[in-house]
Amino acid sequence: MKIHNRRLAGLAAVALAASMALTACGSDSDGGEGASGDGGGTYTFIPKNLGNPYFDTSNAGGEKAIGEFGGEYEQVGPATGDDPAGQVTYINTATQQGRSALIVSANDPDALCDAIGEAMDADIPVVTYDADTNPDCRDIFVSQADAAGIAQAQVDLIADQIGDSGEIAFLSAAANATNQNEWIDLMTAEFEANHPDITVVDTVYGDDDDQKSFDATAALLQTHPDLAGIISPTTVGIAAAARYLSTSDAKGEVKLTGLGTPNQMREYVEDGTVDAFALWNPADLGYLAAYTANALATGEIEGEGDSFTAGDLGDYTVGADNVVLLGDPFVFDADNIGDFDF
Amino acid sequence: MSTVSPEATPGSPETPSVERTYAAYSRPFWQRVVLSREFAVIALLVAAIVFSRSQVEYFDGPQTMYYLFRDSASVLLLALPMTAIIITGEIDLSVASIVGLTSVSFGMLHDDVGLSATIAALLAIGVGVVCGAFNGFLIAYVGLPSIAVTIGTLALFRGIGAGLLGTESRTDFPEGWTDWAKDRIVEGQPYPMVLIPFVVLAIAFALLIHFSSFGRGIFEIGQNDEAAHFTGVDVARTKAILFVLSGAVAGFVGIYLTLVSGVARAENATGLELSVIAAVLLGGVSIFGGRGALHGVLAGVLLIGVIQRAMLLNGQTINVINIVIGVLLVLSVMSTSLLAASRRVLAASRGARSSGGPSRSAGKRLLS
Repeated sequence: MKIHNRRLAGLAAVALAASMALTACGSDSDGGEGASGDGGGTYTFIPKNLGNPYFDTSNAGGEKAIGEFGGEYEQVGPATGDDPAGQVTYINTATQQGRSALIVSANDPDALCDAIGEAMDADIPVVTYDADTNPDCRDIFVSQADAAGIAQAQVDLIADQIGDSGEIAFLSAAANATNQNEWIDLMTAEFEANHPDITVVDTVYGDDDDQKSFDATAALLQTHPDLAGIISPTTVGIAAAARYLSTSDAKGEVKLTGLGTPNQMREYVEDGTVDAFALWNPADLGYLAAYTANALATGEIEGEGDSFTAGDLGDYTVGADNVVLLGDPFVFDADNIGDFDF
Repeated sequence: MSTVSPEATPGSPETPSVERTYAAYSRPFWQRVVLSREFAVIALLVAAIVFSRSQVEYFDGPQTMYYLFRDSASVLLLALPMTAIIITGEIDLSVASIVGLTSVSFGMLHDDVGLSATIAALLAIGVGVVCGAFNGFLIAYVGLPSIAVTIGTLALFRGIGAGLLGTESRTDFPEGWTDWAKDRIVEGQPYPMVLIPFVVLAIAFALLIHFSSFGRGIFEIGQNDEAAHFTGVDVARTKAILFVLSGAVAGFVGIYLTLVSGVARAENATGLELSVIAAVLLGGVSIFGGRGALHGVLAGVLLIGVIQRAMLLNGQTINVINIVIGVLLVLSVMSTSLLAASRRVLAASRGARSSGGPSRSAGKRLLS
């Protein structure tokens, strides 16, 4: 009899747990069902991870665009940015729900391909933004910037800041970093072709490590006392170099620019160490991605060579490999840095 | 073990071959089946499915159960050996890392070394077996605590995988193999192919755990491994075999996950060990060992899967889903302790009323 009671109590306890779980589930369903709609145009953003300021900014841009063309905005995604399996789950779910389009920043170039393929089989257009999958997996990639544009923007910034003459050096990431090397080659060629008074005296590597980049900056200033400027085409490098310069005698004398994020660079822009630096505007990226998805969903564009209008950003044409290019990098300076939080 | 047959107690002075004068079980069969924790989990699973089908939009769609099975397959498979290991009172935290390492091995053996997919798959399962044997040797024969050993190998196996492949991945697998991982057994039905090996393994493990003397040894070790040793159970060998089985199944899951996602990478299945252990505990297996049943565990895995999928379709974020599953798990573990406490209170009050009762009746039984 004792055991009997125990088992009954056990059943009751589990049933209690069950009812709690199910009520949690049930009460949520009231809030959720309105959003899913009846095919009336829900656009699902799947960033690399949720709670990431960069994607919060970009997806806010997407939400704005979706509001403009009268769709519904939804954002789902995994908790960490190295979880392609989590993204697969969300892509599968969105496929089941028959969303109008998916806008994905891929955590892995290959791992999402099957799930995206199943979505596309169900006539759901898939746009990648920020981070692409393999080109044959998705419909269109909305690219934040191309190498030539990134190189050009940094050359223009440094040339402007040092008066188009003097010695400059690069503070890069790793010596074999593909992106950085491509940009540095393009920048060097641009200096030789159009800025004859600027000489590139050195390229040093901080391996995208804060302390190494900091030390490399210090060494650079000692070896080249006449240095007029530093370009660091990596967010870790430019922040570390700015931290060094901000406390050294060279502050304001040696100009620093490159690719950085507003949150990392804010104090150095405000204290005058850095005049301006470049990156793309994530809000514009999300905005363009949403319009691209809409153009695909309505059949306005299908692929390479087709054109569409992306709200305030103007007209875009789908380029080779089905890539839409956002445009030139965005320049952050003391006047606009307060507008950004990522 | 509530039933110890007379043959299993050698050496006792009066080995009477007389009939027992008390019932083998205190309750009839149907009560033992229905009023069990396993059955409660199954009932909960059915309730969750019925509720979701009627209340959650798209849940009754054709893809839901297919995705549910496909996504839960890894946990279902890994839960089989994990159930046996936890019943012995041990734990294997390294299963997901073995999955990652075998995924890397399979990818590299096929793409870099150029072996055929069949041989690469067999060698990858072999890697899983070696990993499991390494765990098993340290735990069973060196006598180290399994939680410490497998925390170490959790990092070690994942580290080897990451060292071999770095941040790269391998994606070139035979079309037939990757299609197999996604095919359905019968077109139009929600049952993916992976359920076939799963059912075979589930039957094998059910026989092993519940219907073999090896399985009775598993439960005995969980109750008291010294007592098990003295009743003739080879404790070390049993534990070692279970860890090898765990490694082998993890190897198979590594290949399955590689094929279903089409990518061999070192990060595959990161954190999966926690899902497996959570499902096993939810399914009614005691973390202290000695108690549990496979059907409860499988219902536990599916219950978590159904709740996840229903909430996903409802537009919940993964954090909310994790909160719900976490609460469910804590409640289910708490229910055991709460019951134990209430039983003590009950026993204490009854003991105060009729002290000496049990010993008198025991004496009567001996006399009769």
